[in-house]
Amino acid sequence: MWKWLHPYAKAERSYQLASTLQPWFAISSIVLLVVGAVWGLAFAPAELYQKEYYRIIYIHVPAATLSMSVYMAMATAVLISMVWQLKLADAAAAAMAPIGATLTAIALITGAIWGAPSWGTSWVWDARLTSYLILVFLYLGVIALHNAFEDKALASRAAGILTLVGVVNIPIIKYSVEWWNTLHQTATISKLSAPSMSSEMLWPLLTNILAFALMIGALTLVRFKNEVLARNAMRPWVRELAAKVGDK
Amino acid sequence: MHFDSFSDFIAMGGHAFYVWWAYGITFTLLTTLTIVSVRRKNSLLKEIAKRAQHEDKLKQMRKDKKTNESKT
Repeated sequence: MWKWLHPYAKAERSYQLASTLQPWFAISSIVLLVVGAVWGLAFAPAELYQKEYYRIIYIHVPAATLSMSVYMAMATAVLISMVWQLKLADAAAAAMAPIGATLTAIALITGAIWGAPSWGTSWVWDARLTSYLILVFLYLGVIALHNAFEDKALASRAAGILTLVGVVNIPIIKYSVEWWNTLHQTATISKLSAPSMSSEMLWPLLTNILAFALMIGALTLVRFKNEVLARNAMRPWVRELAAKVGDK
Repeated sequence: MHFDSFSDFIAMGGHAFYVWWAYGITFTLLTTLTIVSVRRKNSLLKEIAKRAQHEDKLKQMRKDKKTNESKT
């Protein structure tokens, strides 16, 4: 039943698939990012207490939520690589780390900017902010390990172990706002009951989350292709691609 | 449209500083990541092409050496 998947274990086939998908992800994400930004900034209503500056939510929440999703995707790729010895999964994991790191940076910076007017402080050592800061360091550690070894397979194994150990931090971040008293509020939309937010604000937020997700998809494809090229530099099909660029 | 005018929109109810810095930094970071990721492909392929050329040269030199040795 799953046999149609087998050819994609070959690097060249996966590279081609990524090339086919890339424009679809790129175009849809750009369109939705523009729609989401305009909707969130200009058309969504003002918030009762925070007035206009609550609009930071439309980038802070997508970046923060999806940075954790990217981490779980990266850990899944590592697990696949370790269990089934699929080298392409290593390429996917290595491709995702810098994307996740950028998202954590965005979430922290926009959070700090948002905190200044709403909390009166940009930083507190509460459970949510501290556990999230650890996620930044996990991403940086994974990137550093990927770059620390000349041998990509060895580098991926080292980075993979750190990735898997770091998974423990994800539920801690998610539930930190419930387990401890934090300055950060509890979940508004990612919970079992209905979202406690007006639909006029919720829809642009969901649009932005989808836009960010598609953008992450596009960036992952671009970076995955780079990783595949770097890891298959000796293969004839990569040499052919390189010869075309080298001639120019 | 929530705002009455464009200048109203820019002013963000007196919180322009927070809103525009947050959006500006996000835009800059995401654009940088995209540009770096897209450009990397070309530089990678150039590196690979250079390495391939170098290897071909070495191969040719070895071949030349062998033919020279067989002549003498």
